[in-house]
Amino acid sequence: MRVGLNSSALGQAKWSQYALRFLFGGLITAAAGLVAKQYGPVVGGLLLAFPAIFPASATLIEKHEKEKKDNHGMSGAERGRQAASVDAAGAAMGSLGLLLFAVVVWQFLSVHRAWATLLWATAAWLVVSVFVWQIRKHAGIVRRRRHMGFGVDHAGRQ
Amino acid sequence: MIQMLIRFLVGGALVSAFAVIGDLLKPKSFAGLFGAAPSVALATLALTVATEGASYAAIEARSMMAGAVAFFIYASFVSWILMHYRSKAFWVTLGAMPLWFAVAFGLWGIGLRS
Repeated sequence: MRVGLNSSALGQAKWSQYALRFLFGGLITAAAGLVAKQYGPVVGGLLLAFPAIFPASATLIEKHEKEKKDNHGMSGAERGRQAASVDAAGAAMGSLGLLLFAVVVWQFLSVHRAWATLLWATAAWLVVSVFVWQIRKHAGIVRRRRHMGFGVDHAGRQ
Repeated sequence: MIQMLIRFLVGGALVSAFAVIGDLLKPKSFAGLFGAAPSVALATLALTVATEGASYAAIEARSMMAGAVAFFIYASFVSWILMHYRSKAFWVTLGAMPLWFAVAFGLWGIGLRS
């Protein structure tokens, strides 16, 4: 499946759901500051990669997918669970980008302008995350073709 | 107190912004990348540089690497459980939280403490 925009998703979400994510995001950012103040930057830094809004996001995705299937008269529980699982797999790939984000900030923040370092680190997060996602997608295609009995060359083509 | 309020507002806004971007994208696995966006880190590090200086923020970033590894293990575990067992996403994501803490603080204990 190609990457694209799903504009209907905004219509599905309620304001309370965005408010919830704002609340969790704000709380964890404030907590990271408090922990750093109390226990120092080494412990405080751990929380910068805390999956604060992940439970809320996964639950919402499961709920939306389930409702979509239920509206068509089918049981959507399985579909909802699978969608949440796929979303979690995406987050796992994104966390590898998050690791590089941290490495870039750690190595360059003291010697370069802060805004430029954070910008480059964010770009590094995006590039690595998308790259890992592409590799996994390609590996999935190759695996499916092998499973179906097609020959595949090194580039993943039939 | 004012500083905490600023952190709360900036963090909330950045987390919401990345969440909306994630909501707008498809397929689900690609949108999921934004579940691990550096939103909290961007807000915290930008404010920390302004108040405590770049060296202090760089130390936080070094620890963040352990948090990111913990996030990877946590999210992979959640994905596997949801794919193989009939469990609710809410309980799995919440129930697996101790795994994040164990890995993050385990790595902190092994390599970052000193």
